[in-house]
Amino acid sequence: MEQKSILDSGKYLVTLQDRVSYLADIKGGFEWGNLKELFERVQELRTNLFEYSERELLQQIYSLEGRIEFAERQVAKRLRPIEIVNIVRSVQRFTLLDILENCYDSFTELGGDGEFNIDPAVIAARATITRRVKNRLYYHQVMVIGHEKGMGEEFRNGGCAKPWGNEKALRYMKVAETEGIPIHFYIFTPGAYPIEDYPGAAQQIARNLFEMAKLRVPMISFISEGGSGGAEAIGLADMRLMASRGYYSVISPEGAAAIEGRIKEGGKVPRKLVEHCAEQLKMTAKDNLELGTIDRIVEEPPLGAKRSDFKFFKRLRYEMVRATDEVVLKTKSFRAFRAYALRRQSQDKEKVFNDEFDIHIKWTLSESEKDRLLEIRSKKYRAMGKGFKVLKRPFSKRLTRFWESTRHKYYDIRYGLLRKQSKNLQKILEEVSSEGSVIFKTVTESMRAAYDFVFPAPQKPAQTSQQDPLRRSIFMQDWEQYISPLANEDRTVTCPNAEKYGCKDLWVPDLYGEYSGVCPTCGHHFPLEYQWYLENLFDKGSVREFNTQIVSDNPLGFKGFDEKLKKAIERTRRGSAIITFDAEVLGIKLVVAMLYSDFRSGTVGSAEGEKFIRACDRARTTRRPFLAYIHTTGGIRIHEGTLGVIQMPRCTLAVREYIDSGGLYIVVYDNNSYAGPVASFLGCSPYQVGIRSSRIGFAGPRVIRETTGTDVPPDYHKARNALKRGHIQGIWDRREFRKNLFEALMTMGGPNLYYK
Amino acid sequence: MSINLNDLLRKYKSHPYEDHEILAPHTGVVKFKVEEGQAVKGPSGQWLHRPGTLLYILEREKNPKRITSRFDGIVTDLRVDLDGKFVEAGQPLMLIRHRLNKQEITNRILKEVLHIFPAPERARYFFTPEISAKFEKGKTKSLSVKTGDEIVIMSLMKRDTTLNYEGPSGVLYEVYFKNGDILEQGAPLFGVCLPERLPFVEKVIQRIKTEWDD
Repeated sequence: MEQKSILDSGKYLVTLQDRVSYLADIKGGFEWGNLKELFERVQELRTNLFEYSERELLQQIYSLEGRIEFAERQVAKRLRPIEIVNIVRSVQRFTLLDILENCYDSFTELGGDGEFNIDPAVIAARATITRRVKNRLYYHQVMVIGHEKGMGEEFRNGGCAKPWGNEKALRYMKVAETEGIPIHFYIFTPGAYPIEDYPGAAQQIARNLFEMAKLRVPMISFISEGGSGGAEAIGLADMRLMASRGYYSVISPEGAAAIEGRIKEGGKVPRKLVEHCAEQLKMTAKDNLELGTIDRIVEEPPLGAKRSDFKFFKRLRYEMVRATDEVVLKTKSFRAFRAYALRRQSQDKEKVFNDEFDIHIKWTLSESEKDRLLEIRSKKYRAMGKGFKVLKRPFSKRLTRFWESTRHKYYDIRYGLLRKQSKNLQKILEEVSSEGSVIFKTVTESMRAAYDFVFPAPQKPAQTSQQDPLRRSIFMQDWEQYISPLANEDRTVTCPNAEKYGCKDLWVPDLYGEYSGVCPTCGHHFPLEYQWYLENLFDKGSVREFNTQIVSDNPLGFKGFDEKLKKAIERTRRGSAIITFDAEVLGIKLVVAMLYSDFRSGTVGSAEGEKFIRACDRARTTRRPFLAYIHTTGGIRIHEGTLGVIQMPRCTLAVREYIDSGGLYIVVYDNNSYAGPVASFLGCSPYQVGIRSSRIGFAGPRVIRETTGTDVPPDYHKARNALKRGHIQGIWDRREFRKNLFEALMTMGGPNLYYK
Repeated sequence: MSINLNDLLRKYKSHPYEDHEILAPHTGVVKFKVEEGQAVKGPSGQWLHRPGTLLYILEREKNPKRITSRFDGIVTDLRVDLDGKFVEAGQPLMLIRHRLNKQEITNRILKEVLHIFPAPERARYFFTPEISAKFEKGKTKSLSVKTGDEIVIMSLMKRDTTLNYEGPSGVLYEVYFKNGDILEQGAPLFGVCLPERLPFVEKVIQRIKTEWDD
């Protein structure tokens, strides 16, 4: 204990008071141990500072400090997940501005200054970070983007980025890409600010993910508070670091507890349930490292780093530089360099730690290295979040594998090798012919004849089935064969718009039979089961399901979830909330992924993510359009924790690769589509459509009310408003779904329908 | 147009209520969920999206329909004898008696005795600078208007149109908007009181203010 003078004692007592308050923050109040007494003692000393002699005062301070240290050790001995959440939320925890001040040598904030900012919750800054090599300093330019919680600054919204804040982040990511400098992301958010104002919370996160999937610069992210979708908006990085006392979770423990305990709006969530959920969600750094959703933990002091923990900032700077080095080195082919990447200083030996580096590495990448960077990123995310079960099929397994590889080769040859040559040759022929030279005409004609013989023009399915498909009635006899089981009731129902439009009561067999669940007066769409679409949307007998062997699991061992999962499987006789299949619409072959409501409200977990990615890849291999029909999705499955959240970047990456390779991706929303999936792999589609009466958004009205404190109009999430805000591109009537889909495939797909 | 203000006032004095008769919208078996004398609420919330108090359930063809109150008031004349019985469409089931407050009665009387000038289009409305200046000086009660006077400016898509007053000459008694408000088509802009009626109107309003219990 260092010697203190009476002159410092006032200041020192403030520090002691902060330390006690910090412990109270962690423990959720002063009730734990002797915190209350300690706090009162410090208060008393501060008030009566001059009543004591110097010696007495110092003695009191030393004794108090000893007791506080003991209490700190006791708390640090066993930190429960909820206490880690409390550490993260404490006002004494470091924020992004502290990092910018202490880890970077200089920085210029872009697109805002404090309160004068498009969104003060998001900070973008151009910064320099130094590396010391044998007592020489080297400077690196980086773009720093992250959330600022602004402890005590109300206008920061606690680090909840509004849609335009995420848009700002994206804008500066693109600036970094243009300049070819790495990006350091710092995630300090409890979640995105859930509003639908343009560009919309979900839409903007989806756009960010879509761009980040193929951003051609190294990206490193550091997570202190990773709240679900808000975190992902700047989280898809090549290397993901996490603070040892941070949390990264699919939902806040309070939110999870409200869902698990079915607590009504405004009701008090029991503290025990919140603590239970915090444990079950596996949100700590250690848990996340085990789950593979992060790459590395940056060690903090036992009770978490505070704003003045300069040792920690030194460590963090070293780790960020190191992580960037590693990402850059992985794109190089020098083995020696890569070996260097493995020699990282151990984090445990704090005493021997120094921030000196062996060599200087430049962070600029050549074009081929950038390609490799994207390749590594794709592989990395594809290998993550595999918390699903694969059912064994011993007899057919080999056969399936053989069939898949043959299929792959066939399509590679058909659309890869041959198509490339054919395209090149065709291009030459077109160029030569366009000269209009009479001399060459005879030559080219004979050449074209030869070309047509070698590469006969493939019969386009669209053309073969185009014998007036539009004039053919879509209400043919095969429509009448499937009747919704909902129609088997002899009663009437009232349309919800009856008061407004004077709709008459509807007899159920009529409504779900002849009217296809649509009110004949106002056009309100009553929900229909997903089987109706399987039967009525696609050509008869064309639906062929695949990847049924991938089924949902309980990867976190969430208590009570096994039974819920079992019930869902028994009730639906399916293994996951997604059905992936090949199908045809008026002769056009396509690959479809369908999220449906009966299985855990269409929530997305590892199995759903994996099946979606495989469906996307299948569409890419077979060069077919890809339809995501969302019967209902309630978001990411909270019982799978971050393994569910990681499906957002994973699936978006797969979608990006599919679209980049020339595919046509159409998303159709029905009933209710909310949260994570809409904010990632669905929202990133250039063509999104809503079925009438559907609701689309980021967070439901209750979450909006509870988070923002403002109410939203009852039609806030309606498809019509989503159309007004520019989220979707159209609204389709259910009865014309098939016709509209066909038209969309023909017009949007056009000549690129099968392959660019 | 001759209106006897005393009669008008007497009318409200003798029956300061607005009665809403609740009729069965269609046939069905009715089950009441309220009692005689019970206070009920109409729809609430910023967008009136929270339904009012549940009055009764009307069931027809296994479709129980929840009928909620659209008004604030007290349930009277409840036809208890019909509870659990089949009723025809249009059958009166109860009365919701809403007691009018000072403001509501004043507004009603004013709408009856004043000449109301409505908004011709959905637009933003301003008083002309001259009228605004008089307002600032607090000369509203003595502001006389006659046909052809320029009173209001209608601003729509950066196009300003001056509106000339049309109607009987009188005093600008009540203004229903603030400078710069966006009003729907047909919404009242202001009410003009005939000069001979003015003393009576003021007297009546004063009496309502002092005598009426809310």
